Amino acid sequence: MARSNKPILWLPFAGGGLVAALVTPVLILITGVLVPLGVMHLHYETIAAFAHNPVGKLILFGVVALPAWHAAHRLRMTAHDLGLGGGITVKAACYGTTWLLILAATGALIAI
Amino acid sequence: MSRRPYLRKVERSWWLQHPRYVAYMIRELTSLFVGLYCALLAIGLVRLSQGAAAWDGFVAAFSSPPGVAFQLLCLVFAIYHSVTWFALTPKAMPLVVKGEPVPGTVIVGAHYVAWAAVSAIVLIAAGV
Repeated sequence: MARSNKPILWLPFAGGGLVAALVTPVLILITGVLVPLGVMHLHYETIAAFAHNPVGKLILFGVVALPAWHAAHRLRMTAHDLGLGGGITVKAACYGTTWLLILAATGALIAI
Repeated sequence: MSRRPYLRKVERSWWLQHPRYVAYMIRELTSLFVGLYCALLAIGLVRLSQGAAAWDGFVAAFSSPPGVAFQLLCLVFAIYHSVTWFALTPKAMPLVVKGEPVPGTVIVGAHYVAWAAVSAIVLIAAGV
């Protein structure tokens, strides 16, 4: 059987779907509801200390990059479902935007 | 890969012809909001790396009424993603333990338990 690069793409895709399902809603609950209501506070010192810690960096990278990759792949497939597949434009729009996002997040995490 | 892949003509509105297809498209649409929220988080990390003043500005921005409205929309779609993701796990990853298939309800239930646990841990870690 011919070797395929699909598993390399599928693992972060499935991982991203799981992270998006398990972690993303509670993050939105925090930043979208609890902090605006004043129930919770995300102080700079606390968050910066978390992002300074190597494990913290890894967690933050995971919750940003994995669901983003998952979303990019799904959006490309949905574009295909709508008859927009095939061309390089959709690929570039979906994956390109996500790579920019991942690189920006990675750069920031390294800088902190 | 062939150089000229065959692309079958599809009607853009094919998914409106059956409620199941509409549910499928709504599910696919959740990825857009998940992606947008990831972009918000990525901006947050960039602002965090720029210091306390930049971070406070970011917190104020996402706490503003438009920021909250956007995130509430993201939350609805994110929860829809979670629920449908959990529902499909027994179909995508059927489990067999000691020769017996694990019932789908057990697999789905385990995911809800994990969801509750992860949410609780994140809330406690973030300092509710």
